[in-house]
Amino acid sequence: MKSYLQAILAIAHKDLAAEIRSRELVSAMLVFSLLVVLIFNFALDLDKSARENVAAGVLWVTFTFAGTLGLNRTFAAEKDRGSLDGLLLAPVDRTAIYFGKLISTLVFMLLVEAVVLPVFTVLYGISLFNILLFGVILLGTFGYGGVGTLLACMAAQTRTRDVMLPILLFPVTVPVMLGAVRASTGILANAEWGEILTWINILVVYDVIFVAVAVMVFDYLIEE
Amino acid sequence: MIEIHNLTKNFGMKPVLRGVNLTVERGEFVALMGPNGAGKTTLLRIVASLTRPTLGRVRVNSFDLPAHADSVRRVLGVVSHHTLLYGDLTAEENLRFYGQLYSVENLSKRIDDVLNQVGLSKRRHDLVRSFSRGMAQRLSIGRAVLHSPDVMLFDEPHTGLDQEASAMLDKLLKSVAAQGRSVLMISHDLPRSLQLADRVTILSHGKIAYDSPTKNLSLADFAKTYNELAQ
Repeated sequence: MKSYLQAILAIAHKDLAAEIRSRELVSAMLVFSLLVVLIFNFALDLDKSARENVAAGVLWVTFTFAGTLGLNRTFAAEKDRGSLDGLLLAPVDRTAIYFGKLISTLVFMLLVEAVVLPVFTVLYGISLFNILLFGVILLGTFGYGGVGTLLACMAAQTRTRDVMLPILLFPVTVPVMLGAVRASTGILANAEWGEILTWINILVVYDVIFVAVAVMVFDYLIEE
Repeated sequence: MIEIHNLTKNFGMKPVLRGVNLTVERGEFVALMGPNGAGKTTLLRIVASLTRPTLGRVRVNSFDLPAHADSVRRVLGVVSHHTLLYGDLTAEENLRFYGQLYSVENLSKRIDDVLNQVGLSKRRHDLVRSFSRGMAQRLSIGRAVLHSPDVMLFDEPHTGLDQEASAMLDKLLKSVAAQGRSVLMISHDLPRSLQLADRVTILSHGKIAYDSPTKNLSLADFAKTYNELAQ
């Protein structure tokens, strides 16, 4: 168990250290997400109440688009430089690779989200600084990153990996997007707690199911 | 020790390996040669547990593949023409990363020893992306021997190296083999294989077509045989 956890942390640490040096992925995700927020701001020239209605949707579209950029490189970069074999040659359970990659993906996504939130607040005039909303963002990001890491591994084995990931990912993450947008909208509109809780429950169930599925199938997906 | 019996590998309907039999004894250095597309890399990947065989039996240090792949990976060191290193990490960070994956004990001391062995102690804090191809390949060998494996697999380790770097790599390969390891090396370099290996084998059309000790084997005879079988 100790070596399993050590392997997970080693993989996550390696990805984070490499990103701190290169600053390729997070900066691209960040610039892209800020552009999306800006474009929506100008495209949807709405009054205040209309903005409140679409804010959560715009926020999650931004997070998912930026997340897809990061996920696309999770395994593709390893595959391109041939280092995926180095991970596969290690005498550790393959799911350690999945969890290591999931941790680094979540850190990248959460970093970008932490910058986007204040910018979004200023541009849309809606305060997003709400503990409950942060919880929903964590759950939604975890669900999206969990499925995305699994499917990124699958897409990396294909020749059309760059276009394959969004095609695979977006339909599968409809429940997590629905849950995240509805829960966020409810929180921003001060809706009834019971209404919000339903969507939070959907998010939790989705997260648990898909991480369990990932643990079961990752071994088969990552092998040739 | 590597034991391969009647190994067959098909990609879809296309057979790549057709009943390969090969044994690499403990402490033996075997060079596997053959034309492009003969199935050398596929054979190496199967022994490395990266690809599953279609039929046949592969054992590494008495562990069957793919059933005991984890045990095999523990005793295996692999060097390919990809260095399996991360350019944005330093030499030491790369070794530390792989050492953690292999749960190497006394890792800091072991990293010091390995960096000394491959002659990169002074470059330990440099990013690997600043290394020449020769230096990266030496570090790659350091990565592969970090967990003290009994069996080493080399897939064209001299690819892209100049004469000086190749000579340095030869020295390193000899020292790796001299430590009692079983070594299987894929190469296209006939003189170098004769010089380094105890035995040379030629894989042609998915089968072992030639297998001979290098002792008393002249380069001219071997080159003639190779050219006949490679066609």
